[in-house]
Amino acid sequence: MMSEKSFGTSPKRKEDFDLLTGRGRFVDDIVLPGMYAAAFVRSPLAHARIKSIDASAALAMPGVHAVISHHDLPATLRERRLPLFVPHPTLTSRMQHALAKEEVCYVGEPVAVVVADNRYLAEDALHLVEIDYEPLAAVSDCKAGARPDAPRAHADLESNVVSRMLSSVGDIDAAFRETPHVFKEEIFQHRGGAFFMECRGVIASYDAVEGALLVYVSSQGPHRIKRALLDLFDLSDTQIRVVTPDVGGGFGPKGSFYAEYAAIAACAMMLGHPVKWIEDRRENFVATHQERDQYWDVEIAVDAEARIRGLRGVLTHDNGAYTPWGIVLPWISVATVPGPYIVPAYHIELRSVLTNKVMATPVRGAGRPEGVVVMERLMDRIAREFKLDPAEVRRRNFIQPSQMPYNVGVIFRDGKQVVYDSGDYPACQDAALQTIDYDAFRARQAEARLKGRYIGIGIGNAVEGTGLGPYEGAAVKVATNGRITVSTGATPQGQSHKTTLAQIAADQFGVSIDAIRVETGDTSKISQGIGTFAARTAVNAGSSVHLASVKVAAKAKAIAAKLLDVREEDLELRDGYVQLAALPGGPGAASDNARQVRKSLAELAVVAAGMPGFAMQDGAEPGLESTAYFTAPQSTYANGTAVVEVEVDIETGRVTILRLVLAHDCGMLINPMVVEGQVMGGVAHAIGNALFERMLYDDQAQPLSTNFGEYLLPLATDVPRIEIVHQETASPLNPLGIKGAGESGTIPTIAPIIAAVEDALSPFGVRILEAPITPQRIVELLGDAALGRTR
Amino acid sequence: MKPARFTYHDPAAIADVLALLAEHEDSRLLAGGQSLMPMMNFRFVQPAHLIDLNRVAELGYIRADAGTLAFGAMTRQRQIQRDANVQQACPIMIEALSHVGHRQTRARGTIGGSISHFDPSAELCNMAALHDAQFVLARKGNQRTLGFDQFARGYLTTAIEPGEMLQEIRLQRWAKPYGFAFEEFAMRHGDFAICAVSVLLTLTGSGAIDAIAIAVSGVAPTPQRLRGFEAAARGQMPGHALCREAALQAAAIEAMSDAYTTAAYRTHLARVLTYRALEKAVARFKSQDMT
Ligand SMILES: Cc1cc2nc3c(=O)[nH]c(=O)nc-3n(C[C@H](O)[C@H](O)[C@H](O)COP(=O)(O)OP(=O)(O)OC[C@H]3O[C@@H](n4cnc5c(N)ncnc54)[C@H](O)[C@@H]3O)c2cc1C
Repeated sequence: MMSEKSFGTSPKRKEDFDLLTGRGRFVDDIVLPGMYAAAFVRSPLAHARIKSIDASAALAMPGVHAVISHHDLPATLRERRLPLFVPHPTLTSRMQHALAKEEVCYVGEPVAVVVADNRYLAEDALHLVEIDYEPLAAVSDCKAGARPDAPRAHADLESNVVSRMLSSVGDIDAAFRETPHVFKEEIFQHRGGAFFMECRGVIASYDAVEGALLVYVSSQGPHRIKRALLDLFDLSDTQIRVVTPDVGGGFGPKGSFYAEYAAIAACAMMLGHPVKWIEDRRENFVATHQERDQYWDVEIAVDAEARIRGLRGVLTHDNGAYTPWGIVLPWISVATVPGPYIVPAYHIELRSVLTNKVMATPVRGAGRPEGVVVMERLMDRIAREFKLDPAEVRRRNFIQPSQMPYNVGVIFRDGKQVVYDSGDYPACQDAALQTIDYDAFRARQAEARLKGRYIGIGIGNAVEGTGLGPYEGAAVKVATNGRITVSTGATPQGQSHKTTLAQIAADQFGVSIDAIRVETGDTSKISQGIGTFAARTAVNAGSSVHLASVKVAAKAKAIAAKLLDVREEDLELRDGYVQLAALPGGPGAASDNARQVRKSLAELAVVAAGMPGFAMQDGAEPGLESTAYFTAPQSTYANGTAVVEVEVDIETGRVTILRLVLAHDCGMLINPMVVEGQVMGGVAHAIGNALFERMLYDDQAQPLSTNFGEYLLPLATDVPRIEIVHQETASPLNPLGIKGAGESGTIPTIAPIIAAVEDALSPFGVRILEAPITPQRIVELLGDAALGRTR
Repeated sequence: MKPARFTYHDPAAIADVLALLAEHEDSRLLAGGQSLMPMMNFRFVQPAHLIDLNRVAELGYIRADAGTLAFGAMTRQRQIQRDANVQQACPIMIEALSHVGHRQTRARGTIGGSISHFDPSAELCNMAALHDAQFVLARKGNQRTLGFDQFARGYLTTAIEPGEMLQEIRLQRWAKPYGFAFEEFAMRHGDFAICAVSVLLTLTGSGAIDAIAIAVSGVAPTPQRLRGFEAAARGQMPGHALCREAALQAAAIEAMSDAYTTAAYRTHLARVLTYRALEKAVARFKSQDMT
């Protein structure tokens, strides 16, 4: 019996049973008859010219079926490069071939692919492929790479700075002229990669009779992968089907199209056998997109009351070797800086620099955490200069709820001005501060210091563009046996879409979520799709599910009303039936009478399907089904405040997070439990970024962090209990009032961790203008003070 | 990350292991596999023959004699942690083991594997240095016993020769009561230490240092004893000055550096952790029941 509204409640996840009992199906679980295994020969050098490739020894190995390099590829793949989905007028793009042609531009770039009976043999053969490289000078650091005399990341580049883009609002010069209070900071930020548990993987299978390519891929959206394959192989729409089964984490980088996908599809077509490639962890470190370095040289002008007048500066961004996402990532960083604050004049020059490293593309938060770190470091600087409480400085600068919708003026990557739709930023910060008992903190801190303990507190506020367009559709269908299916191009990687989208549909059908089957990630199930990233699925797919379900429900009512000879508006959907609604004092659903006045969804679907030889009634469209593509006019803006309390051991530099409160507003909650899960994972990610995760490269851009012993993710012991406060401000931009939640744990949270460490160390005058911050670095910054009692 | 081709051997007795070692020059012994399997998957090592010790039951034991605590090479780390004799006779070993990886890795990882691998940060190598361990090395028809200084050769390098197996590790145990401490800094729980310092000591009736051993690991390629300090400390009253003196001696060890950790930071940690460890060992000695 389903009666309560499911939206807003926390039913257990539909996904859990399968995943927890080993019934999940990931790409590597799929075994096709006659399937071969592939392994890639990758460039060991960051920049080099390929002089020759000799695969004869590898090919001679028993069990090896092919060694394919650029010149063996089908013609279209030799001519074309991987497609750029988001071009920009300021961008000199550099796109990759499926397999490197004559120049390799990062360690890990695929040069050849070995196809063998199994992965062991393929790896044995890898070592026998002899490639003669002529090393070229490499660009490792992006700031050095931006200098005119730097070596070029590609031999034919005029400059490594492949995009210079200005974001400009208001009269910046006037803002700086009119006030003496100007503070300058140079901030370095490094964010690591996604490091999903399931590495990338793809299986391609080609049916030569049908001329059909079937691709299984662990992705964040099969439709764009299909689009890229259509472009590269010149096939018709129906000749390619891309399916994404269960995914063990995506976090952004699985939303890219990779050279390996094209190469594996080519292998399958050339060899007439299905070919599987599963990325191993070492490849994952060198060949999966990651985020990386940003240098921010910024200054802020404030008036005598510490109110912001203007903010200007330069962002130098490490793009890596090619430009698969254009300048999306640093652009988002730039657009995020103003956050919840009134910034009347804003002027940032973005310089995106090609380096000889694997590509930097969005990772959970997508450049936003970096923008937040910049703004919040400046806020803390202002507080110190004015001897004001950091919370108070923020209060003075908040956009007020009465100012909504608020036009920030900055152009976002959707080409539109950033216009915040709704939110109460002061209330969100207050909620977080209250939860952590901020007012009493200074007393706690003073007391701790008397005992030789150094504790500190930090605040981070963020506004996050979520629910990015263009759309994510949903096809809702009631089969003639009454079963309800929702199909969408959204592609979950742990976000629980099968549960949350079912909740939205369930409310329209008056059924439990168990009665709704949700199908995701299959290009054969719905024509158009974008994928799951940028906290966009609940808004886009959720709204589409809602709209399509409303339509199907209305259609069911219309047919039932005719059959039962009652008015549509007296009917309701409940437990698989369309029946007379329970009216107060009138015929109730419980009465025997009313129960007979009903039609099952199965009966109605049969009617809607039509009968052979009979005309459709009143020219109705066949099928109890509807497909909706909700398109939002613009992004919807979620917001959050993280407040973090840490303790620093000044002798070792160890940082311990004592408390972490995250207050956030992601609009109306579909499922609070799922949102909390998203927040917790996101916070863990921020903790890694603030304290642990570093991809090190040497000065020849050789990656030094290629396993989890070197690259440190936060462990369970590094993530404290997270105190979450929900605020719900309905977005006016979609029918359910939803905003995105997938990144809200990450985005505001790096900044306050850094701030809290700095606050703890304030007796020593330590300033922290970098992330991550490691114990070693803290000891360096402390100097002799770190000697403690051994001084 | 798949290993290169190898031939697998599964002997059940020490004699068979030694025969296989004598027969196959290009071979490796497989203990818990917690270091060896990753090295093989990365193809850092590609032995032609893999000789699995996991069925050799006679290599798994803990024997407590009057002066020593002897471990068969295949004794699991987890087994040592749970052993009542060790808990009673050598509590510092339990504390050190709590830092060795994770419960899962300790369930497989062995004392012999850890000591043969000889990672400069390994807690069990530190314990061996602290307890003046002796190492029984066996080869077909022959056996020899080495002290720590002969056994420790350098970074990931021991005196174990091709054809040889580490059969037993003997720690010289201290008679109770004694004070002890194990202080470690690792980036995360269960990570290899950047630095660890262990201390054993006894005090005289008047509270002066009677006997003391301090081992510092993670800093130099092999665990280092602070022998100069140990000799000079006898008869001195422990307090701030003595702790500081120990700290300075630890800081004098020539430190390694790598892409992540500078020599300066290792030196710094050796300094502050030595101070803490010595202070804690003294406090523990004083607080225990002396009856
Ligand atoms: C996630 C993780 C975290 C870890 N953290 C730590 C840590 O914090 N501290 C720490 O000390 N260790 C740590 N380790 C390593 C772990 O302790 C290993 O167990 C240990 O290093 C090797 O022991 P093993 O029994 O697994 O040996 P194996 O891996 O099987 O062998 C290691 C080496 O020793 C050789 N060998 C093994 N037995 C003998 C023998 N009897 N005679 C001669 N040679 C032999 C092998 O051939 C191989 O070269 C960690 C491991 C993992 C996976």
